[in-house]
Amino acid sequence: MSLQAMAPGGHDTHEPYTPVFTGLRRAELDELLTRYPTKMAALLPALWMLQESRGWVSPEGMTEVASVLDLTPAYVKGVVSFYTMYHQHPVGRHFVQVCTTTPCNVCGAEDVVNAFLKETQCGELGVTSADGRFTVIEVECLGACGFATPVMINEAMVECVSVDSVKDLLAGLD
Amino acid sequence: MGYPHPSHPRETPVISKHFGDADARTLAGWQSRGGYEVLRQVLATDPVEVQNVVKDSGLRGRGGAGFPTGIKWSFMKPDGKTHYLCINADESEPGTFKDREIMRWTPHQLVEGTAIAAHAIYAETAYIYIRGEYTEPIARMSEAVREAYAAGILGANAMGSGKRVDVHIHKGAGAYICGEETALMNSLEGRRGNPRIKPPFPAVAGLFARPTTINNVETVCAATHVLRHGADWYKSLSSPANPKSTGTKLFSVCGNVARPGNYEVGMGFPMKDFLWDLCGGPPAGREFKAIIPGGSSVPILTPEECETAVMDYEGIQAAGSLLGSGGVICFDDSQDMVRQIARLARFYAHESCAQCTQCREGTAWTTKILERIRDGEGTMKDLDTLLEIADNMTGKTICVLSDSCATPVVSGLKKFRHEFEAKIPKNRASVMIPSVSTVAA
Repeated sequence: MSLQAMAPGGHDTHEPYTPVFTGLRRAELDELLTRYPTKMAALLPALWMLQESRGWVSPEGMTEVASVLDLTPAYVKGVVSFYTMYHQHPVGRHFVQVCTTTPCNVCGAEDVVNAFLKETQCGELGVTSADGRFTVIEVECLGACGFATPVMINEAMVECVSVDSVKDLLAGLD
Repeated sequence: MGYPHPSHPRETPVISKHFGDADARTLAGWQSRGGYEVLRQVLATDPVEVQNVVKDSGLRGRGGAGFPTGIKWSFMKPDGKTHYLCINADESEPGTFKDREIMRWTPHQLVEGTAIAAHAIYAETAYIYIRGEYTEPIARMSEAVREAYAAGILGANAMGSGKRVDVHIHKGAGAYICGEETALMNSLEGRRGNPRIKPPFPAVAGLFARPTTINNVETVCAATHVLRHGADWYKSLSSPANPKSTGTKLFSVCGNVARPGNYEVGMGFPMKDFLWDLCGGPPAGREFKAIIPGGSSVPILTPEECETAVMDYEGIQAAGSLLGSGGVICFDDSQDMVRQIARLARFYAHESCAQCTQCREGTAWTTKILERIRDGEGTMKDLDTLLEIADNMTGKTICVLSDSCATPVVSGLKKFRHEFEAKIPKNRASVMIPSVSTVAA
């Protein structure tokens, strides 16, 4: 549920593509396929595997996923573009999602976003910092409303983030 | 319990009893608390009997719609077809975070509830669809499922019953609409999460076009307790004044409130006591201005309307709103309601799947107009336009996302109209529209 990261940055996208679904990952996918009566049902999990391994869902990656699941690349792109958690562009090493939906908004979430933009030197939402470390976005409801403001940094959910705790939080990241 | 706060003596912790107790997360810990005994009994019981106990208990779906669970299960007949169970753990309704705590603290409670519900609807396969942002709940649930398979609780011969029960965790990828049951099924099938037109209803042709039941996380957990202690016990937990809303409900409380968190109370609990005694009232030095009692999609209540309301399906409806998912969002007197309602509209505009014109255009225009009023650039005519758009968005689309966007706008305009008018430059108001009187609800 995030606004799509808007700007590419930090990664060289022109390296030759090497397949993701080989060896252990291929075995993992094969196990996944046993859980569903159709190959198509493994599409979301396969896209997650792609993103976990490459950091984003590239056009070449979509083509590979399409080929292992007997789908067309156009179909896969159609699905990818529906879901906001798949990055269609490379993002910073630390992808920061700050919830600003109403329950967090009334607790001051917009100030938390601004603190992240300032401390990471991203400046703008969806833009990756010059050193490639951070991308900050606003996200719609993270489902942790009682712990305002929740922030996701990659896979980790941090609860009760305030303007004052942003600096310390970032200090612990490489 | 009021996790992250200690349990309040007036709570009735049933589902939330072990929140905050890390030992309850493991299979051994769960079994030492009586876990999986109900599943063992249920697997040896005819599904119709199981359905009947849940029917008798009066348990209603906890995801928002409040459909009687036992009746939903009874739509599934032993017809020889493959049946599926989907557990809706896509909890995305702003203000709601109860299923998250169930999965974080008591993952085996959900595995057990899922296996029980699967048996009750003649299904061998269940999918638990968890929203992608819930990384910790996904990890906890995956571990619990792994433990349950390793112990023979799940699998080809579940608990030695000779019956197959498979439970799989499926991770979403960021789309509020996938909490709508038909969108959830499309998403699980590897499609865009567009809601489907009904009929056919899921019980006829659901996931993979097979008969399917979709249950909320809290619902199947509640059903486990019903089957352990009996329908009469469950009914005794709620106010005898209203036999239509039974048992306990987990309420998530957030926003401008002294003690945000999850609280489990018997249905029919007085809302005033809930807000003040359990949740501690508004932050120090503030007053409540507005309360949304059932997740962001239900009408906004004023503190006066909450005074005499009781917290059950009918009680909150009588107060002018809906119980919904039980997400209580509090606004104090420092909040600008125009700003907050505009923010809610923006949420719906962002989350619209854009299939239906009324929703795609309606959510976008509602947001645009509200934001210009917020910024002091609105006109009195805009207030009428908002209501006109809201009317076009209500009851006219495949799913209710569109209605959900219109609801806070209509109730907000009705109850806080003075705040909207105060943002409209006076001169423009008189030039643009001379006669604006009352708001039609």
